[in-house]
Amino acid sequence: MEPMKYHFEVKGDDFSVAGENSSKVKKILRQLGFDPETIRRVAIAMYEAEINMVIHAEGGYIDAEISPDKVKIVLQDKGPGIPDIEKAMQEGYSTATNSVRELGFGAGMGLPNIKKYSDDLVINTVVGEGTRLEITVNV
Amino acid sequence: MDKIYWHSVTLEKDNCKGCTNCLKQCPTKAIRIQNGKAKILKERCIDCGECLRMCPYHAKKAVTDSFEILDKFKYNVALTAPAFYAQFSIADNIDLMLTVLKKIGFDDVYEVSAGAEIITEKTKELLKSGTLPRPTISSACPAVVKLISIRFPNLIDNLIPLLPPVEVAAKLAREEAVRKSGLSESDIGIIFITPCPAKVTSFKNPMNLEKSNIDGAVSINDVYLKIAHKIGKISDSEIEKLSRSGRKGVLWGVAGGESEATESKRHICVDGIHNVIEVLDAVEDGKLRDIEYVEALSCIGGCVGGPLTVENSFVANSRLKRIGEELEDNKNIPHEDDVFWENPISYKPVMNLDDDISKAMEKAMKIEEIYESLPKLDCGSCGSPTCRDLAEDIVRGYASENDCIFKLREKINILARELNKLESGDIKNTRET
Repeated sequence: MEPMKYHFEVKGDDFSVAGENSSKVKKILRQLGFDPETIRRVAIAMYEAEINMVIHAEGGYIDAEISPDKVKIVLQDKGPGIPDIEKAMQEGYSTATNSVRELGFGAGMGLPNIKKYSDDLVINTVVGEGTRLEITVNV
Repeated sequence: MDKIYWHSVTLEKDNCKGCTNCLKQCPTKAIRIQNGKAKILKERCIDCGECLRMCPYHAKKAVTDSFEILDKFKYNVALTAPAFYAQFSIADNIDLMLTVLKKIGFDDVYEVSAGAEIITEKTKELLKSGTLPRPTISSACPAVVKLISIRFPNLIDNLIPLLPPVEVAAKLAREEAVRKSGLSESDIGIIFITPCPAKVTSFKNPMNLEKSNIDGAVSINDVYLKIAHKIGKISDSEIEKLSRSGRKGVLWGVAGGESEATESKRHICVDGIHNVIEVLDAVEDGKLRDIEYVEALSCIGGCVGGPLTVENSFVANSRLKRIGEELEDNKNIPHEDDVFWENPISYKPVMNLDDDISKAMEKAMKIEEIYESLPKLDCGSCGSPTCRDLAEDIVRGYASENDCIFKLREKINILARELNKLESGDIKNTRET
């Protein structure tokens, strides 16, 4: 069957609503009857990616595709890009500013957590142009 | 009766005006208005009692036991929650509040705070052991436990698997009553003076116990006047020394008392069921990784804010803190190991659209389609809490698009225009002939 598709806009200037879209997806998955573990993995991976988008890229767009056997989340931004993916994948590495760290973010767990909770993670990034993240969680 | 869905919170149909006050406030969206009356969706209700508070017509009530339940037993013990002490301005000492219960018909009393002290010690021990998932969530508030079981399946494992203080106290109270009275267990009535309906439901239909140790629950509301008439007449010499618990146990009755007692340095206390949902959502998203213990209470202010209490919750809060702070810490807390859940708590997916994910997806798409056609005002006039809920109710087969007064008006307008056209056409025809 055709996957269910949702499109979200992430605003880069409002930290108070960061994470709202992951909450929406979490609610949809729960209503659809996905098992709690799948919901947890999608919610955490998407939340981390959504927050990254706000902190580093001033927002962007998220497309969620829900099928009975997998959930795919694609995040697209026009941010600074990731100069060194290998470093960014290391736990504890972060380029977040001090002011963001003071808010309790920028612990360098974003990408590592996304990787940890997803079955497949594809990162396309061009410095100065933006980043596209494709997160897949299999049921 | 369906035991699983027995609830203390029920509707008094005759009083219900069919307004939207409760509909909009229910944290689990368990209320609909049908045919001009509220209806509680039993499988979704967590007995928090928010609707009891909200209803201006007193159409929601909590089923509790009447005082006559004492007649069923040869020997009755009143179980008292700390919130009970805070109901009367005259009460500056707990012994007076316990003595008065013996004057109105109870044979003995037992403080729930004594159970709270035992649970505090066990919680400290478990937190120290590092074996529990972080953050660990308190399981003392039955409305919160019920909420987690229907809405936060991923957090069931985070609940501390300990019985609520009231059950621990009830068990000890019965043992003591058998010793003191020489009667058999079944002759003894353990009666809780309850501040809330969720606890009543938890006794009648326990989630994590085979059978509750509490035989009856009388609301604070219902004994209030009985006590108010007696309390002023008790002379100082009549006051018996009946209290046994200390500061920490008593302060469990106010929000923050429990988490402070556990001595966890990284704890939070969240009160008010809507706030609890917000925090649990955050825990589920992995946002509260630096927190060790979450005290989560359905009522604002803690149990002193229970829907079946009488005193203003802010006044009661201040009073109970004052009473508690004057006490010493109990140095002789008995060690009890038999304080764990007997049964695990299981996830009840009551919000699911369908058991089959593909079918559920079809329904979800249909919901989106209907939702897009609705006015998105969330006025509640249709009987569902929001436009999205109406869309969902239509797909589930409980409601129809015509329940939306805006959709209906649209249709009537079209019809009126058609009629107008028809009429003016008729007039023209008449002239022509």
